[in-house]
Amino acid sequence: MIPGRKVKEHALFIICSIATLLSIAGLIILLLDAFADGLPWLDFQFLNSLPSHYPDKAGIKAALIGSVWIVGLTALFSFPIGVAAALYLEEYAPRNWFTSFINVNIANLAGVPSIVYGLLGIGLFVESLTLGRSILAGALTMTLLILPIIIVASREAIRSVPKAYREGAYALGATRWQVTREIVLPSALPGILTGTILALSRAIGEAAPMITIAALAYINFVPTSPFDRFTVMPIQIYNWVSNPIREFHHLAAAGIIVLLGVLLSMNSIAIYIRYRYQKRVR
Amino acid sequence: MPRAQEWIIEKLLFLCALISVFTMFAILAMLLFGAISFFQEVSIIEFFTGTKWTPLFKPQHFGILPLLWGTLLVTIIALGVAVPLGLGSAILLSEYAPEQVRKIIKPVLEIMVGIPTVVYGYFALTFVTPILQVVFPETSVFNALSAGIVMGIMITPMVSSLSEDAMLAVPQSLREAAYGLGARKHEVALRVVLPSAFSGVVASIILAMSRAIGETMIVSIAAGSTPKLTLNPLEGIQTMTAYITQISLGEAPFGSLEYRTIFSVGLTLFLIVFAVNLIGHWMARRYWRQY
Repeated sequence: MIPGRKVKEHALFIICSIATLLSIAGLIILLLDAFADGLPWLDFQFLNSLPSHYPDKAGIKAALIGSVWIVGLTALFSFPIGVAAALYLEEYAPRNWFTSFINVNIANLAGVPSIVYGLLGIGLFVESLTLGRSILAGALTMTLLILPIIIVASREAIRSVPKAYREGAYALGATRWQVTREIVLPSALPGILTGTILALSRAIGEAAPMITIAALAYINFVPTSPFDRFTVMPIQIYNWVSNPIREFHHLAAAGIIVLLGVLLSMNSIAIYIRYRYQKRVR
Repeated sequence: MPRAQEWIIEKLLFLCALISVFTMFAILAMLLFGAISFFQEVSIIEFFTGTKWTPLFKPQHFGILPLLWGTLLVTIIALGVAVPLGLGSAILLSEYAPEQVRKIIKPVLEIMVGIPTVVYGYFALTFVTPILQVVFPETSVFNALSAGIVMGIMITPMVSSLSEDAMLAVPQSLREAAYGLGARKHEVALRVVLPSAFSGVVASIILAMSRAIGETMIVSIAAGSTPKLTLNPLEGIQTMTAYITQISLGEAPFGSLEYRTIFSVGLTLFLIVFAVNLIGHWMARRYWRQY
């Protein structure tokens, strides 16, 4: 036996463990850093105040409500379109070149950098459709950005519906749409909802395309209509972190805690739906 | 149910699926439209060969090379962090770790993918940069190294999870043959599993790289806004994505020549990421066909 082989075997294990621990440590330090900086600044006044030039008076209210508007409208647009597209591709689409063209397209769209969607939104919604830098333009841009994610997740959920369900319904004389609506959609719905919620949580965290749409946001009002100008939490965090005054960095950290809190609750809902569904199947 | 209704519903669903095609065409149209109107005033040769990028002050120069270099520099640093960390965790998870450990580590890595990039940017500027300034006192507040390291942490889970999938797909019989010949675990991992999974691992690295090239917030926050061709990672640089953010924030009047630069930069970025993705997907497909 070559001497040292046992040592090398352990060495690789130790090196790999260190690599794994380092990446996990990165996450833990990142979260601790944000919480340590932000927690002292996180109070009701922070949640309920508009932006201000004075760090003591500034808050995240306008951005929080802006985010709710954006994610609400995005859900309204992207859910029906995404599910319909997934139903078409799984239940209706013929196997031809055009269907595979659509498939390739969806895969490519998922790889497009998010800032490019921002440029699309500026050109298409803000300028060509003259929606201006409005909530509506932001939500439509976000819709296009998360549609590929919703379609892919919904297709997976639809594909997992057993073929026997469909054939049972067809045997009873149901039409294709009846089978799709009454059998496939209800069985696939939990999976579709989970995927949609995860896609929407991606939308909440996206900053780059929202910055190109909303531009420099000193929004000292709470938006009340889809045509209002707006800011969202990631933009507000970016603004604060780019401010050279140190107190604003703490505000950014407090904003990060709020943002992560929102994401965590959305993901918990998604996990809960998945859990309930798994139980029902058993 | 009447046939007409079935027909209408099918066409409606088809239209929704068509939106993805429409989106791709709209992206191309918007970028090309903006870029063409930009190239009517600025020579395309100057754009791709010029070494100065100063659209916001006189004399104006429109050479994209400094922005391309900024993107490349940060991407290289990010891969320098993500490749060893990602491959290390992938080998640990696929070859060493028992199922219980995998069950803990995988969700943690998944959480990292879901954290908004603005949070990573905050971490780079307020945590990593001050540490770098202690180690290398000449570090500027905005620098490529800090942004690159944090971007590396961000893309590590991509490298590790895709590489792990590739390694797990290596047939067990190959491992057992090696063990049968008396190989030890590190020999199996490095000389059998890693080479067998090679194109899958390369695909994971290429796809992570495409993510790094398109990443915007970390570099906008931590890497600075001074486009330059420098080899020193402790200086501020600017990437293509960070430039687009800077202009979008309102530093150039809407519709001006300066403003239209973001479409030519955006088109360049889009084409690069698209090409990198194509290579990555091609490698991945080649790998999965192998087994």
